[in-house]
Amino acid sequence: MSNTHHSSLTSQRGVIRKGYFRKLALQYQLLLMSVPFVALLILFSYVPLWGWIMAFQQYSPGKGVFGSKFVGFDQFTQLFQDGTFFKVLRNTLAMSLMSLITGFFGSIILALLLNEVRARFFKRTIQTITYIPHFVSWVVIANIVLVTLSPSGGIVNDLLMKWGFVKEPISFMAKGEWFWVIHTLAGLWKELGWSTIIYLAVLVGLNSETYEAAEVDGANRFQKMLHISIPGLMPTAVMLLILNTGNLVAGGYESQMLLGNSLVQDYSQVLDLYALDYSFGIGEYSYGVAISMFKSVISILLVLGVNKIAKKFGQSHVF
Amino acid sequence: MLIRKNAGDFWFETMNYLFLMLLGVITLYPFVNLLAISLNDSVDAIKGGIYVFPRVFSLNNYKIIFQNHELYSAAILSVIRTLVGTFLSLICTMMLAYTLSRREFLLRKLFNIIIIFSLYVNGGLIPFYVLIKNLHMNNTFWVYIIPGLIGAFNVIIIRSYFEQLPEGLMESARIDGANDFSILFRVIIPISMPVIATITLFVAVGHWNSWFDNYLYNSKQSLSVLQYELMKILTESTQQISASASASGKVDEEMLKVTTPQSIRASMTIIVTIPILLVYPFMQRYFIKGIMVGAMKE
Repeated sequence: MSNTHHSSLTSQRGVIRKGYFRKLALQYQLLLMSVPFVALLILFSYVPLWGWIMAFQQYSPGKGVFGSKFVGFDQFTQLFQDGTFFKVLRNTLAMSLMSLITGFFGSIILALLLNEVRARFFKRTIQTITYIPHFVSWVVIANIVLVTLSPSGGIVNDLLMKWGFVKEPISFMAKGEWFWVIHTLAGLWKELGWSTIIYLAVLVGLNSETYEAAEVDGANRFQKMLHISIPGLMPTAVMLLILNTGNLVAGGYESQMLLGNSLVQDYSQVLDLYALDYSFGIGEYSYGVAISMFKSVISILLVLGVNKIAKKFGQSHVF
Repeated sequence: MLIRKNAGDFWFETMNYLFLMLLGVITLYPFVNLLAISLNDSVDAIKGGIYVFPRVFSLNNYKIIFQNHELYSAAILSVIRTLVGTFLSLICTMMLAYTLSRREFLLRKLFNIIIIFSLYVNGGLIPFYVLIKNLHMNNTFWVYIIPGLIGAFNVIIIRSYFEQLPEGLMESARIDGANDFSILFRVIIPISMPVIATITLFVAVGHWNSWFDNYLYNSKQSLSVLQYELMKILTESTQQISASASASGKVDEEMLKVTTPQSIRASMTIIVTIPILLVYPFMQRYFIKGIMVGAMKE
């Protein structure tokens, strides 16, 4: 009795599995349209993780991953004794943090101000103009920064001299202590307008009856902003903040590479560029990979950490 | 509804409009300034003081650029890269997004997880470089196209858009005997223009603007793109800053007269920027609608 029951179950399972593959075969068109591309995504997103093995080796390009000698955690020991590494880490964190804070508050404030504009044409025009730099490459932005801050004929120096703030033009791009500020302002100029796009959509979606009720109760413009608009933006803002926190160490390298030069390197060098220098400049691939790996692990920990904090405070969270 | 206007309101409105106008000027000025410099005689431009209008009008800078064979072929390659890359990327991304929007697709869940996680996984620059090398993709045109063919984020946005389309449309097409390919290309794509236009713009701008893959993987001059050429000129100029600043604090005038890097740079920047300025305002009405539907659903 129990025997027959058992065998009927296995045959049923067999039918189910057979049915699954038959069903899958019937979806061959969907498979054709997805499998090659998912494979491509796996190849270029997940397979490079295999390269992390290099961080535990004395990798040489000639021998490859399979032929190179394993050295355990030697690269990381070296990393944590490397003074330049900590300077580079400081630069990365400082610039990311400055961009994160200015971008976060800047975009919310600009969205609130744009939301107060009643003339639709004016609002659209300002939006259109301030979105432009987002679509322009960092190469172009770096050129703009160079021309605008130039000590010979750049408008910033010309205005500073005309208004009597300085007697001699300042060579902004040759002074390390200016680099973080210039980098932050350039990034803000590029992304400020574009970063309002989500906040503006949220503001449009807020219930207009709430505003009208508040108006009847005698709330003025600032009270409405403080008690309706800003709380309405909070869930989106917190979510974006969490997502951006992951980029604190991950941050770009393009902007630093293009804006920096050898005079300001002490302030402009970031983790990725340092890794790149080591790998291709000196040929120490393993050390470069150790830097990249450190970076990836920290950024994932940061995202998870901030996510947990947000959960605790009852705010929206990503995971 | 009666709008009460008190003094505070009036001041706020005025200051707000003035501030936003200033922001617009600050955003536009650098482009206008570069245009003026590029249209000015290059030797005269060294004297400085060119802001909004050229002082000595000349098209010479642009002539020099277009007569330069390397720059000319880089411009052609940039156009080809953008067209080919955007077209292939869009087709493949839409196909993948379509399969993920089909509820009956058996691998849907698995593929969704693979795609979403890929947003958070990053092996880093050097392992990626080694992979490209092992695939023998360096010094080929395809290194510009294949690695970035599928953008996970774009797949998610397009999928979300497809998912909110009325199911009945696809059902009736299926009853009429349409297969998945024709449902996608004949039924879904024609009614998904906002999101397709948005993603097209993003992908095309990404291709047009990229130079780092060129810098890292392709050393052959014949594979050089325009942004990379501009980047090389930029790097030369910044090195000149450091060299001249550290040497004497003064710029070497003789050298400037021969190369006039400032004017060439300005003209190249304008050439690189103009296609974006021409396309972007027309796409704007689509992308606000397109990105919202995709992003809000996530």
